[in-house]
Amino acid sequence: MSGAAVVVAGLGQPAWSSVPGGVVAQAQRPLFEWDWVVRNGGRIWDATLEHLYLTGMAVGIGLAASLLLAVVALRYRRLYAPIIAVGGLLYTLPSLALFALLLPLVGISVTNAVIALTTYTILILVRNIVTGIDGVPAEVVEAAQGMGYQRRRLFLEIELPLALPVIIAGLRIASVTVIGLVTVTALLGLGGLGSFILTGFRVLPPFPTQIVVGTVLSVALAVLVDLLLLALEKALTPWSRRKATV
Amino acid sequence: MPETVSQTMIELDQVTKVFAGTTDPAVDALSLAVPRGELVVLVGPSGCGKTTTLKMINRIVEPTSGTITIDGQDQRTRPGYALRRDIGYVIQQIGLFPHKTIERNIATVPRLLGWDTHAITARVDELLALMDLDPAMRSRYPAELSGGQRQRVGVARALAADPPVMLMDEPYGAVDPLVRARLQDQLLELQADLAKTIVFVTHDIDEAIKLGDRIAILNVGGLLEQYDTPAEILRAPANDFVASFLGGERSLKRLSLIAARDAELVRGPVVPADASVDEAKRVGAAEGVDWVGVLDGARLRGWMWLNELDPAKAVGDSPTRDFRVWIQADTSLRGAVDAIVNTRNQVAVVYDGDHYQGMLFIESVSREILG
Ligand SMILES: Nc1ncnc2c1ncn2[C@@H]1O[C@H](COP(=O)(O)OP(=O)(O)OP(=O)(O)O)[C@@H](O)[C@H]1O
Ligand SMILES: [Mg+2]
Repeated sequence: MSGAAVVVAGLGQPAWSSVPGGVVAQAQRPLFEWDWVVRNGGRIWDATLEHLYLTGMAVGIGLAASLLLAVVALRYRRLYAPIIAVGGLLYTLPSLALFALLLPLVGISVTNAVIALTTYTILILVRNIVTGIDGVPAEVVEAAQGMGYQRRRLFLEIELPLALPVIIAGLRIASVTVIGLVTVTALLGLGGLGSFILTGFRVLPPFPTQIVVGTVLSVALAVLVDLLLLALEKALTPWSRRKATV
Repeated sequence: MPETVSQTMIELDQVTKVFAGTTDPAVDALSLAVPRGELVVLVGPSGCGKTTTLKMINRIVEPTSGTITIDGQDQRTRPGYALRRDIGYVIQQIGLFPHKTIERNIATVPRLLGWDTHAITARVDELLALMDLDPAMRSRYPAELSGGQRQRVGVARALAADPPVMLMDEPYGAVDPLVRARLQDQLLELQADLAKTIVFVTHDIDEAIKLGDRIAILNVGGLLEQYDTPAEILRAPANDFVASFLGGERSLKRLSLIAARDAELVRGPVVPADASVDEAKRVGAAEGVDWVGVLDGARLRGWMWLNELDPAKAVGDSPTRDFRVWIQADTSLRGAVDAIVNTRNQVAVVYDGDHYQGMLFIESVSREILG
């Protein structure tokens, strides 16, 4: 293994990984090299932003599409099962297969990645939106009707806000899922934190620092986004924070 | 009788509801006229169609056949949502909006009607005061209120746009008997001022008797068994179903409809404080008792045994004993009997404010029971 490394060294290895000081010649790199991180801070930051951008696009578009689908499913109950079935099918497709399927349509592009990533949010989001709205107490809806609410206003003012905790729970799962999946889009050469992991494996000898940075940051991003969404939920649902005090 | 018609606020004419997928009607050819300004109670066993009837009045449920007119107008001539904004609705489970503050909850219908903010704020203040709710509650959420407070907010929300008609579906079902009694009293006070036309649903025949100007007793399938004043229904139940629904203690229940001031009160063996002992003995003898009560003007000071009187003094100069049972003139005879019996007495002293009205003897209550 260490012998082979010398032979293939330099094959497709980006220039920035050939660190001065003859590291390339080393059989094995140390698990973590701080100076690499320090020297590549700008790149890491850019990759993090790319990662966030792809995640944001996918979840944002996924949420809009899911809201639409959920409204349709709530209106025409018969359509709920088929919508969920298709969502489930998309969810189980291996992401690589989906990227490949989309190639003839959109080629290798951000569009390809965003479409593919979006499909993974649909099942979770539609299901949570519908479950959330179904979970609004029947007597609250009946009271609203009895007060003279019309259908659309009832949905926007009563049902949607009350379903927020469940919808945001769905957003959290969807975001964490997508942040994990975005690492795979590195295979398309679209950047993101996955590109570090990919390069880390591709070079010889393997470059553990890059793998660690890519992995740790992507996990940290997932945790951070999760916490931010949790904070958003708390901010948007003040009524559930303040429990009975009397 | 045209004048009777104009006195009718809500009229159900042969109203039937057969829910989709069922064969037996939930409500079957129900005809009922609710007079303007009266509180009519729908009462009957579970599943007899009370809620369905209410929901047909505000068109949450559309009747299968028959017509409902409100204030002489067929309710189908207006869109359902517009109709409902003019009808106060208190649903059984209260149904406050958990994500809205108390203020927002109460302001629901005025906001739907597009009132301006000043008018809404003023109205909310008014309703909080009316319902005896602390103004500090306006910025709280429903989860931060007690059950009784929530019930009152539910009623305040229904009253917000001052609708002439109120539908109340077991509004006090979820609170303990003490709070329930207080809310009932409050509703009666409100109703005395506001004179809304109210259709009130309950399972509880005692609640129906206490609140209703009229009671409609329904049987399963939405069949109207009897529709009359509580006193009349108690006096002459139309059939066995009604009688069994009224349950035992029908006579006692009737007593709860009669105020002490309307029963036979006697002045009793009382003398003014400056009366002589001879006069006191004469009054006692005339009433056939061995004691007298002593009056200070309109106030009854107490009583004393005749044989304890000091012949050298006026009656008022001797010490008196206290009467054990004092009731106000608007206490029901049922309450009066309870008070008298609980203190092992024969008589209650009846006051109106601080004016002595007379004495209520247990025998006159018995005579009321016998009619
Ligand atoms: N949406 C519906 N679809 C089918 N059947 C219904 C529906 N709503 C009510 N019913 C039936 O209609 C009948 C009357 O119901 P309703 O709710 O009016 O009774 P209720 O007198 O209010 O009973 P309770 O005292 O238990 O509240 C019941 O047999 C009920 O099962
Ligand atoms: Mg009911």
